[in-house]
Amino acid sequence: MKTWTKAVLTVAALSLAACSNTGGFGNDDDFGTGTGADSGLGSSADPTSIAYFQEAVGDRVLFLVDQSTLSEQGRLTVLAQANWLMQNPDYIAVIEGHADEQGTREYNLALGARRASAVQELLVTQGVASNRIRTVSYGKERPIEICSEESCYAQNRRAVTVLTANLSG
Amino acid sequence: MRLFATLVIGILTVGHFAHPVAAQGQPLRIEITDGVIEPMPYAVPDFVAETPGSNQVAKDISRVIAADLNGTGLFREIPAKAHISSITNFGSPVQFADWKAVNAQALITGGVSVSGNQLEVKFRVYDVFAGTELGNGLRFKGTTDGWRRMAHKVADAVYARITGEGGYFDSRVVYVAETGPKNNRKKRLAVMDYDGANLQYLTDSSSIVLAPRFSPTGDRVLYTSYETGFPQVYVLDVGSVRRKVLSNESGTMSFAPRFSPDGKSVVMSVTEGGNTDLYKMDIASGKRQRLTSTPSIETAPSYSPDGSKIVFESDRSGTQQLYVMSASGGEATRISFGKGRYGTPVWSPRGDLIAFTKQNKGRFHIGVMRTDGSDERLLTASFLDEGPTWSPNGRVIMFTRETRGAGGAASLYSVDVSGRNLKPVKINGGGSDPAWSPLQ
Repeated sequence: MKTWTKAVLTVAALSLAACSNTGGFGNDDDFGTGTGADSGLGSSADPTSIAYFQEAVGDRVLFLVDQSTLSEQGRLTVLAQANWLMQNPDYIAVIEGHADEQGTREYNLALGARRASAVQELLVTQGVASNRIRTVSYGKERPIEICSEESCYAQNRRAVTVLTANLSG
Repeated sequence: MRLFATLVIGILTVGHFAHPVAAQGQPLRIEITDGVIEPMPYAVPDFVAETPGSNQVAKDISRVIAADLNGTGLFREIPAKAHISSITNFGSPVQFADWKAVNAQALITGGVSVSGNQLEVKFRVYDVFAGTELGNGLRFKGTTDGWRRMAHKVADAVYARITGEGGYFDSRVVYVAETGPKNNRKKRLAVMDYDGANLQYLTDSSSIVLAPRFSPTGDRVLYTSYETGFPQVYVLDVGSVRRKVLSNESGTMSFAPRFSPDGKSVVMSVTEGGNTDLYKMDIASGKRQRLTSTPSIETAPSYSPDGSKIVFESDRSGTQQLYVMSASGGEATRISFGKGRYGTPVWSPRGDLIAFTKQNKGRFHIGVMRTDGSDERLLTASFLDEGPTWSPNGRVIMFTRETRGAGGAASLYSVDVSGRNLKPVKINGGGSDPAWSPLQ
């Protein structure tokens, strides 16, 4: 037969922080930067414009799966980019390296950096001042095509040369 | 603002004459490592409200305890409608026959009282078939807004008593909350209780953020942000949400950070001139030490729990594979030799296993292997699984699963280290890159 139980209290204390909302970021507002990229491109009829560089020279090169070596086509595009940059010294460039979604996040960041670097090296070899070029990798964070097929992956494995007018120069 | 709750634990000692002597049969026990197990049936009748107005919180606490235990896949609750007896007084003797009759092997009883904003929860666990109490009763005191944590503490104690392993319910997860389509995805850091409750955002979504990692004490988070336009490692204080950049050298990128077990330094990848190597940085001084120096990609480093070694991935052999080296750098030993590619290795907090992402034949897997690479076991398979993180007790792995196609979205999943109990983690919207905190 059960008897009653007597509660004796031995007290140990441990403090814990019950975190409440710190009021930092309560809402899922859209803080997006927007595109706004259409301004300042100029007309593609103007051979010194960013629009011309994008359309006539070609602002991007594509890569094979897990590769960062420029293809012959890619090499020709970068040579044309170098030529244009030499003739238009008022622009600086950021080369963005990207990967497709087939890969782990960290590896793809490193792979995108290799791709951007391959473009940068050739531009510098061709005489573009290295202080006009920076590289950044987005890994698989910024796909332009969203299907999960090779047709999309091929467009996403890219290095894009993004120009801005060098206002300080 | 930060609220503090003080949790006081007391042991409810049972008078010596209350111990029944005749414990017979098998002890109440779940062996987590067993291959296939039948979940243990148990009952957790609503905790007794011992003060006026505490009915709801008593009920809520009982439900959180049940959700914790049921969620493990190791326990099966006997629902209240099947009970033939109720607990109306925490101190009264338990009618074991009534619980035996509904086949509850374990019984959890509790009492809840509220005074102002002070909450007190006490509980006992019984081995119904032996007719004995399992361990001593415990009492937690805190503030009412910390009621979920008290429920998790009770569930952790029950789990520990029945499995002999530490629990993991009183823990948090930091992850990347995702919204928007694949080609315009917004990412922000978020932290939540391990079960998805108490969600709090730590950053806005104005810049890409990646792969947050908790400090060994859970008070700080390392992550990678594109705030400057270039990926750099930041450290953020979870309480104040204040952040500072750790590594910001012009012309370099830094990412894939992880704390050393003493919390004083960070190991991470730094990319310079297209080449990615591992570095260790002392947080206080900012002093950087290079750990690898090869033309290959070295990334995703993770310390052994004793801090003596680092496991990481490298493509120095031609494809992504896993390597272990001394925490001070130098020679590395390859440990992955199966078919396919291996990445994102994470050392278990128990030190016995390494979890990883494996890619083979167009599929992704989360797997585990011993620290020497032996006994590889794949736990999942899908279009894209990646980025494992360990529960504080080293028994459960949470990871990112991304679905295929134009409408593809990322969400969080968890799976037992045994490969059982694969399930989505309840979050608000999409999510990726989870990192589990230590037990709080």
